[in-house]
Amino acid sequence: MDLSADFFSLFELPCSFRLSLSELDSRYRDVQAQVHPDRFANAPDAERRLSMQWATRANEAYLTLKKPLERARYLLELAGHDLQAESNTAMPADFLMEQMEWREAVMEARAGGDHHELEHLYQRLRGEMDGRYAEVGQLLDDAQDYALATDRVRRLMFLEKLLHEIDDALASLEE
Amino acid sequence: MALFQIAEPGESAAPHEHKLAIGIDLGTTNSLVATVRSGIAICLSDESGRPLLPSVVHYNADGTTEVGHEAQKNQAVDPKNTIVSVKRFMGRGKQDIAHVESMPYDFVEAPGMVKLKTQAGIKSPVEVSSEVLKTLKERAEVALGGELVGAVITVPAYFDDAQRQATKDAARLAGLNVLRLLNEPTAAAIAYGLDNAAEGVYAVYDLGGGTFDISILKLTKGVFEVMSTGGDSALGGDDFDHRIFCWVIEAGKLQPLSPQDARLLMMRCREAKEYLSKNPEAPITVRLSSGEMVDLKLDVATFGEITRTLVSKTLQPVKKALRDAGLRADEIKGVVMVGGATRMPQIQKAVGDFFRQEPLTNLDPDKVVALGAATQANLLAGNKTGKDDWLLLDVIPLSLGLETMGGLTEKVIPRNSTIPTARAQEFTTFKDGQTAMAIHVVQGEREMITDCRSLARFELRGIPPMVAGAARIRVTFQVDADGLLSVTAREQTTGVESSITVKPSYGLSDDEIAGMLKASMEHAKDDAMARALREAQVEAERMIEATEAALAEDAHLLNEAEITKITATIAKLKALAQGDNRRQINIAMDDLGFETQEFAHRRMDQSIKKVLSGRKVDDIRMGEEQ
Repeated sequence: MDLSADFFSLFELPCSFRLSLSELDSRYRDVQAQVHPDRFANAPDAERRLSMQWATRANEAYLTLKKPLERARYLLELAGHDLQAESNTAMPADFLMEQMEWREAVMEARAGGDHHELEHLYQRLRGEMDGRYAEVGQLLDDAQDYALATDRVRRLMFLEKLLHEIDDALASLEE
Repeated sequence: MALFQIAEPGESAAPHEHKLAIGIDLGTTNSLVATVRSGIAICLSDESGRPLLPSVVHYNADGTTEVGHEAQKNQAVDPKNTIVSVKRFMGRGKQDIAHVESMPYDFVEAPGMVKLKTQAGIKSPVEVSSEVLKTLKERAEVALGGELVGAVITVPAYFDDAQRQATKDAARLAGLNVLRLLNEPTAAAIAYGLDNAAEGVYAVYDLGGGTFDISILKLTKGVFEVMSTGGDSALGGDDFDHRIFCWVIEAGKLQPLSPQDARLLMMRCREAKEYLSKNPEAPITVRLSSGEMVDLKLDVATFGEITRTLVSKTLQPVKKALRDAGLRADEIKGVVMVGGATRMPQIQKAVGDFFRQEPLTNLDPDKVVALGAATQANLLAGNKTGKDDWLLLDVIPLSLGLETMGGLTEKVIPRNSTIPTARAQEFTTFKDGQTAMAIHVVQGEREMITDCRSLARFELRGIPPMVAGAARIRVTFQVDADGLLSVTAREQTTGVESSITVKPSYGLSDDEIAGMLKASMEHAKDDAMARALREAQVEAERMIEATEAALAEDAHLLNEAEITKITATIAKLKALAQGDNRRQINIAMDDLGFETQEFAHRRMDQSIKKVLSGRKVDDIRMGEEQ
């Protein structure tokens, strides 16, 4: 094991999208309990630096594996599939249409100060995303169809952004 | 080998080496020092039995100072040279300071951080704070009867990089080895959580003299995990005093006051505030220097009315912190109240109403931060108490980013990231043949660069001329466990590197600290050189001890040649540490550090393997998602 090992190996977890979050949590904590700078506060410089590197790495790994979108992107990256998130934004028309409808609904609810409707949209979107993540899990872990998984993950990036916007709208209504 | 032998008077040395470590709550209004004795955290009091040290420093014309209660006596007679609430100025420019017009000081503009002109010369807030820290350090050394291995200093969770760096500089200037900067609400959570064996998600509402923090923490067996934090580093009990002050001016139809009168009235206002925590009405009586009498009565209802906006100002960050943690108010198991200002009934009521539960006040809100800091210091110093072992996972309060084109900020590390953390971002040149790139590091949540705090500017030079967009410049942000940032920029194709620890624009350079230490030593009749030597010796002893302990435990990770080499380097350092050549001691320490690098690596590796082994991959429940 070394600092450049992939995030799954760092926690000695199987390299797959389906992941027990409670297991990830407890392994992350076990690793941090060993490497955290607080364990080396009184140690020589070399050990202090090493500890900071390890703890930084463990935090990065945990953050990446914890969130399904990040985890999926990371798996694709390990499999050598570039998402081209920045340059390749071409999406099928029907998907974009759907996105616009979602956005209009959110904007309308926001303008009308309709807290209840925003909450409803949020839950509906969450439900839809759960289904899509299940599909991504199937594509990555079972079918190993990385090309299709890449497409699905790219769609999920749009949806995560939308979810975030609904959340922001809810927050601005609360203030 | 014990580094320090401590013995109570009349007793023999303690059987186990117990390292002397302290926790300091460096507050806006009051400061405290605490330590762990026989497994229990206690605050250390002064010779008159007072645990609180007013964070007040009075400068005399001859350069001597009074600190605390002594200094406080000068407040009304010599306000210009009596510095109170200096924490508000730490890492701040003049334009950042609220109510600057009603303060009696002569401010001196200085790059990054404001300075104060006193009769003993121009003082930076770092120097003023270090006087408070020095006093507490001496108190601890007398009480504990030995040399301290280090201190945990608390800072408001919402302190930005500039404020944290200034605090750390002040501690170094006071001659303290800083084991860690610890966030105040987190310190309170440690004191509270370990005391109550609490589990679940807690909110810590910390309203101090000049700062407000809210932290949401998840407490599970042995882990304190900060989920989010928020606050206002310029909002505190002082502001409530100021509201009363304004009310008195208006109600008494007073003319503009002299600095002396203003300070006197401000003190009366503070007393009135404290009185109103237990009484329905407070008298405010002041005889002004003109002979005019102010004689007013302030009742609780009016006090509530004039401070309503301040109270609701604290609830905004609370809401934001909850949202950042992805939680609702009713998911919070308990609300811990910290800071003397939480004694105000309107605060307790507002917080209780918001969370729909009685806030927890079973620990003294003035002492809880210092007690938690001492507990953490004890752990960091390596005084294992056996059953007590815990892990602290804290976050940075504000996003860190860079200026991009058009005066916009690009976030590199988002707020509430668990520390230590690092993130790299790639940039490119936008002009053909561009050979330098200016890098402007900022902290804050706003889009526009002008709304964020500027932390540092530096330039990466020597980029070989290329067409626009061809250079690849990787800027890496690293935040350490104290929440302090360092930034490195590197041109990828040629390896041109430029690095900066984000501080020179507002902090003190090591040379400045050394200079100040030397100057202060002259007053203290101490010999700066002797002290520096002693510090190097202590550091060397600490290093030898740690390396020997590591060898005793894990010699099997090394081959014989490596063991021989390390043992020889230790022997050399040991011999030098007996002597008085500081430079050679430092060189030998560097050598030992170099020789043990690989060893440290292997040990870390082993400890991770150990903790993860014994688990089988098949045990993991599959199919659980998200």
